[in-house]
Amino acid sequence: MSLQTSPHPAQVAPASAPFLDVRDLRVHFPTEDGIVKSVDGVSFTLEKGSTLGIVGESGSGKSVTSLALLGLHKGTRAQVSGEIRLEGRDLVALPEHDMRALRGRTVSMIFQDPLSALHPYFTVGAQIAEAYQVHHRVSKKEARDRAVEMLKRVGIPQPDRRAKDYPHQFSGGMRQRAMIAMSLVCDPALLIADEPTTALDVTVQAQILDLIRDLQEEFGSAVILITHDLGVVADIADDILVMYGGRRIEYGSVRDVLTRPEHPYTWGLLESMPHIGGDVERRLNPIAGSPPSLIDLPSGCAFHPRCTFKGWVPHGLCAAERPELLAVAGTDRHIAACHLTAETKREIRGRRAAQ
Amino acid sequence: MLRYLIRRLLAAAVILLVITVITFVIFYALPSNPALLACGKTCSPSRLAEIKHSLGLDQSFMTQFWEFFKGLFVGRDYGDQSLRVHCGAPCLGLSFQTDTPVLTTLLGDFPADLSLGLGAAVVFLVLGVGLGMVAAVRRGKAADKAAVGFALVGVSVQIYFIGLLLLFLFVDKWQILPASGYTPITQDPAAWFQGLILPWITLVIVYLAMYTRLTRSSMLEVFAEDYMRTARAKGLPARKVVLKHGLRAAITPIITIFGMDVGSLIGGSAVITESVFGINGIGKLAVDSVQNSDLPVILGTTLFAATFVVLANVVVDVVYGLVDPRVRLA
Repeated sequence: MSLQTSPHPAQVAPASAPFLDVRDLRVHFPTEDGIVKSVDGVSFTLEKGSTLGIVGESGSGKSVTSLALLGLHKGTRAQVSGEIRLEGRDLVALPEHDMRALRGRTVSMIFQDPLSALHPYFTVGAQIAEAYQVHHRVSKKEARDRAVEMLKRVGIPQPDRRAKDYPHQFSGGMRQRAMIAMSLVCDPALLIADEPTTALDVTVQAQILDLIRDLQEEFGSAVILITHDLGVVADIADDILVMYGGRRIEYGSVRDVLTRPEHPYTWGLLESMPHIGGDVERRLNPIAGSPPSLIDLPSGCAFHPRCTFKGWVPHGLCAAERPELLAVAGTDRHIAACHLTAETKREIRGRRAAQ
Repeated sequence: MLRYLIRRLLAAAVILLVITVITFVIFYALPSNPALLACGKTCSPSRLAEIKHSLGLDQSFMTQFWEFFKGLFVGRDYGDQSLRVHCGAPCLGLSFQTDTPVLTTLLGDFPADLSLGLGAAVVFLVLGVGLGMVAAVRRGKAADKAAVGFALVGVSVQIYFIGLLLLFLFVDKWQILPASGYTPITQDPAAWFQGLILPWITLVIVYLAMYTRLTRSSMLEVFAEDYMRTARAKGLPARKVVLKHGLRAAITPIITIFGMDVGSLIGGSAVITESVFGINGIGKLAVDSVQNSDLPVILGTTLFAATFVVLANVVVDVVYGLVDPRVRLA
């Protein structure tokens, strides 16, 4: 079997159907204190070769969403509903046995902290080879060669020698490269990167992001990048999904969302980010308060207790009614869920620009 | 790896030396008069002095220790020309009771403990790790509750209770097995097995509980690790995730405890089991020697047991190094 053969099953989807179509995804965890609604009605689509950035604070449901895409909630107490259509096939309804065949092969994942995500007792080469061997009928030697090849591809010097090293012998950046090599070893159609640079030095972060982008071009995979760093998303994503309290709060192309953010939470995320070349004296403006409880979300707009602009909305609507996701005028698929009217937002923008 | 091993062995030697000193000091400080004990009922002052001299008890503490310590390496002669007893290296002294070298007695009793300890250890390790894994995988389900409940019973009941119950049922009531005891395997393998089967079961019930619980908790801890999620995310089947990635990581703390248990079991710590089943092992020897104030034997059994525990620890360290590359390459 040639290493270049595409490993994806010939699942012919209707020409119009998106490669990945997530609809009304819900992941709920029943606990003694109540149901934790980690993901509560999330939808998005993604095409091959493009990148979606999912942004939000800790506890916004980003990682739980990604684990659902891998089917890793199967066999746990989590209740998953909605649809995850990958090339027309619904992963939510897929039995564990079939899902297992897709894991690592069609959908794979890069985890946040490569030191804890790699097994301390197996060599890096063996772990990558194992990921290949589980989906391909190849000899140990072939799998090993493939592992070395992948290590070389992600830019690890002396890959043949380094394959015999253990994770603790790698530097942080090299470990994440190895993790990426492992996740790409089966040439997946969908790659999920869960905060791939959070545990790394700033200098290494850019290298890793470049690597993911280069490899995406080379492999043509669809990429979901989970992060809390809008800067990272601006760099490499095509679309942005902003999550808050397990729900979508704003969704659209990078250009639309970053040049004309519609939700006060997205404004907050942007303002809490330092800008290179920005005024050094200017204070960063963090979002006040902390992420909401997923068992008992605030009424109405989940963000309203932390929102500085709720006073602009009359009749306490923010606390009373949950805003719908509405299309932003003049864009093609930019949507946001906020009670502020277009006029009010224009006024707020005008005032802020004047400051 | 070799340097690591040498380091461990040196540390073990130091520990043994310290134990020797401590045991000897306690021995020396004991308020008993061994010469008087050895002298018997018809004792005269001159006879007593003679015995004292032949046992070396009339010398200073340092001299006595030095003689003892030297004896460990080059052997030692006791008594005068007429009734001279040679005690070959490593000499642990002569029994006051029997005038035979302590080591000879120890080595005579050792096969019983080796058979008892090792036999039981293999079974409780395999069963305990197996049960613990099942309990961890089926956490909260019936199998887990059964295993945990069984473990609780095993921890709670006492060896003499289980032992006597087993003896009553299998030997007296149903008469399936002959009276237990130790027969050397070289003499009659079938009798060796039959005589040890009840002691093994007893030890297994008591130790199995601990190993089940230990494996269960260690396994559950490992299940929460990120690399277990990675293993699943690769598409590995659940069985392989648990048996390869899980067990490999969860087994390390179990190895540590197992090494110490085996060391102390074959070093004579199964004394209650020995006495319930009438096995003449090192544990029983130690108890008898305490009752008889046979100080060289007390000293000898203590050192002998300590040696096994220390050696078991060296073995554990080496196995640890083999299992965990972070230890080996550190």
